[in-house]
Amino acid sequence: MRLTCTINGEPREVDGLWEGESLLYVLRERLALPGSKNACEQGECGSCSVYLDGVLVCSCLVAAGQAEGREVVTVEGLAPSEDELHPVQTAFVEAGAVQCGFCTPGLIVATHDLLARVPNPTDAEIREALAGNLCRCTGYEKILDAVRLAAAS
Amino acid sequence: MSTLTEVANGIGVSVRRPDGIPKVKGEFAYSSDMWADGMLWGATLRSPHPRARVLGIEIAAALAVPGVHAVLTHADVPGRKTYGLEHHDQPVLAFDEVRYQGEPVAVVAADHPETARYAASKIEVAYEELEPLVDPEYALSDESPRLHPGGNLLRHVYIEHGPEPGEADVVVSGEYEVGMQDQAFLGPESGLAIPAEDGGVDLFIATQWLHVDRDQVAACLDLPIDKVRFTLAGVGGAFGGREDVSMQAHACLLALHTGRPVKMVYGREESFFGHVHRHPARMRYEHAATRDGKLAWIRARILLDGGAYASSSGAVVSNAASFALGPYEVPSARIDSYVVYTDNPPCGAMRGFGAVQTCFAHEAQMDKLAAALELDPVELRRRNAMTTGTSMPTGAPINCPAPVEELLRSVAERPLPEGDSGVPGGIANVTRGEGVVRGVGYAIGFKNVGFSEGFDDYSTARVRISEVRGEPLVEVHTAACEVGQGLVTVMAQIARTELNVENVLVLPADTQVGSAGSSSASRQTHMTGGAVQAACVAVREEWERLGAIGAGIEATREYHHRPTAALDARGQGDAHVTFAFAAHRAVVDVDVELGLVRVVEIATAQDVGKALNPLAVEGQIEGGIAQGLGLALMEEIQVVDGLVRNASFTDYLIPTILDMPPVELDVLELGDPDSPYGLRGIGEPPTISSTPAVVAAVRAATGRELRRVPLKPDDMIGLCGS
Ligand code: FES
Ligand code: FES
Repeated sequence: MRLTCTINGEPREVDGLWEGESLLYVLRERLALPGSKNACEQGECGSCSVYLDGVLVCSCLVAAGQAEGREVVTVEGLAPSEDELHPVQTAFVEAGAVQCGFCTPGLIVATHDLLARVPNPTDAEIREALAGNLCRCTGYEKILDAVRLAAAS
Repeated sequence: MSTLTEVANGIGVSVRRPDGIPKVKGEFAYSSDMWADGMLWGATLRSPHPRARVLGIEIAAALAVPGVHAVLTHADVPGRKTYGLEHHDQPVLAFDEVRYQGEPVAVVAADHPETARYAASKIEVAYEELEPLVDPEYALSDESPRLHPGGNLLRHVYIEHGPEPGEADVVVSGEYEVGMQDQAFLGPESGLAIPAEDGGVDLFIATQWLHVDRDQVAACLDLPIDKVRFTLAGVGGAFGGREDVSMQAHACLLALHTGRPVKMVYGREESFFGHVHRHPARMRYEHAATRDGKLAWIRARILLDGGAYASSSGAVVSNAASFALGPYEVPSARIDSYVVYTDNPPCGAMRGFGAVQTCFAHEAQMDKLAAALELDPVELRRRNAMTTGTSMPTGAPINCPAPVEELLRSVAERPLPEGDSGVPGGIANVTRGEGVVRGVGYAIGFKNVGFSEGFDDYSTARVRISEVRGEPLVEVHTAACEVGQGLVTVMAQIARTELNVENVLVLPADTQVGSAGSSSASRQTHMTGGAVQAACVAVREEWERLGAIGAGIEATREYHHRPTAALDARGQGDAHVTFAFAAHRAVVDVDVELGLVRVVEIATAQDVGKALNPLAVEGQIEGGIAQGLGLALMEEIQVVDGLVRNASFTDYLIPTILDMPPVELDVLELGDPDSPYGLRGIGEPPTISSTPAVVAAVRAATGRELRRVPLKPDDMIGLCGS
């Protein structure tokens, strides 16, 4: 199978896919974009969150073929340039919201999406929006701090 | 010896972690992100039965699948066929019998992970199913079948402390149970093995202790240890679940057999079968006190289910015994702590390591005793608080600050949260909150830092200073595993402080330098921090002597903690090097009509000795509390007849951001006299007493006895309180 789509603004084409592969697998193993993570591969943890045509999705639940002709943005595509971070990324580092970091890419994308929709979210709105992203290390306090910080910046 | 200098980003400052930037960009290379040219994928065939004889394994059909490069069984393990942390009782690949559901039987390498999994499903294993032995109490009895040659009793620790328990004014007793908790680190077991030209193998792996992994794998591969080189890949959390080897030997076997790099990555379901869990416990306690609320004696019987293989059960059961009484002054105690083999999933290390189970029981008992004496539960704890010099039940006195009373006071005096936190269950709760009752509960716990019972616990650090473009650069090389806790940050802070050089590079951890010991037992900042400090001091002295850096100055140093001693037949001995304490207060709202709990707030106080990085300390405390809350309210691997029923994040729930309340922190820095900078391990205490505090709060709200965690909705429904 062949897949043609846009990833982080660039047209990409992959050949030789097995039909059962998820978008997550293709990103990680065929396109050298392992930033999206694979903590559950069943839609429960949010570590694989990406944008598909501007909508936040779990890429582990998207069959690769479903991305045909569409636009995918991953955690690798958020920073404005190689040497700069997106303010959401800066806030996660500054607030101490990163420990092992396995949940981080998914949370960065989910927070990016939340702040695009709700620039100044309440704590309740943050909790509601990030309820699909599991983190086992931080207890979420510093993640809340990071989102507040990113909203303020 | 060391004079601390004023360099920027030294110790005591909330330096941001150096791996934070690659992590937020998605560029940090975790073990599951590894890739090599010509790489194959490994997959594991696991036993569907909790107990069965293996009569034969037929691999021809699997080998015939196009794309398959190898199918290996126990016959292909060239060296020792078993491994294990304390006893080599666990087969690399099953040979005569399988002893738990999910035990590895064969491994496959293929050019696509799905091909490897498909081929594994084509392996035909003839099993003769046997009745699984799943009740730990029955396993302990004489009537049960022996699961291992030495019998089913893995270890019994008996502690005889003080005079024989006698008459007392008040006696309360209770039976308590703790379910099987999973570490549920987010980054699944994974790694990449690359065969080397010298006949050896390099493994990039997420683990907690590189050297012990390597030694076990080298023995199984029948290779000298210098031909088995392990490098730490990015680790997605650990919490004890990576102390035992999982896919390490399998990936190396496949790589050596095929001559190709082999990557293995467990999925979430497989991860539940791929590592040990927290021991389920059954505990029976009797607490006796005088009428004025002084503990007279305690009797405790603890039974842990070790599951199919030993792992670190011997140390866990001993810890459960050592910390069975809690941080109290107890004149007399008799403790029996057992761990047995069963055909349930193997259990071993998890954050809190034996102290979690007993803390749930001793704190429930303290509340029960307070009620019997009509005393405030905090007041009863204060009256019995241990201090420096109090004798452990194992005989030796507490040799470090033991601020039990201070920690209790800190959480008790904090103002209670006011007002409405929203109904339990959030928008899923369709009531008007008429069944909601608030409760407040307290708990305190403690545990050893570092390895105990005479183990020569040490870490090694190599530090090198050189000049790069006229500026000094310090490189720190250890085998210590950064698992998310922030060790890489702290090691650099120590080097900056000791050498007064800001530019510090922490090199990747590998087995090319001496062992660092495990990233566990809250020990790594203490032990490897101590080694880095010592190596830096040696470099600095040489630098001062020479007056110049010249071609570079290097020193390697080991840090050993004070020797400890084994326990004798009466459970006596100077077994522990130092201790860490924390207290928790939980405030909960319980909907007693729906059986839902919302934790409104957790307040905690913890002595960290010295906070080398305050932001990281807070992160450890908050994260540890979340795991304690999880054990109290939701986390349990459900095992029925030896079969795991909920091996997924759909069915095994860990706290989300909606479940975690705000955490109010009080961090004490009382300085340990016997550690680098006075620091004290911090990783585990948050997980120990947070569970009983949450349960105590639910008890206060519901009036129910609640003798088992995790709580279930049925435990709270329809009662008094409202
Ligand atoms: S990996 Fe996609 S939701 Fe967990
Ligand atoms: S930082 Fe480890 S899972 Fe979130």
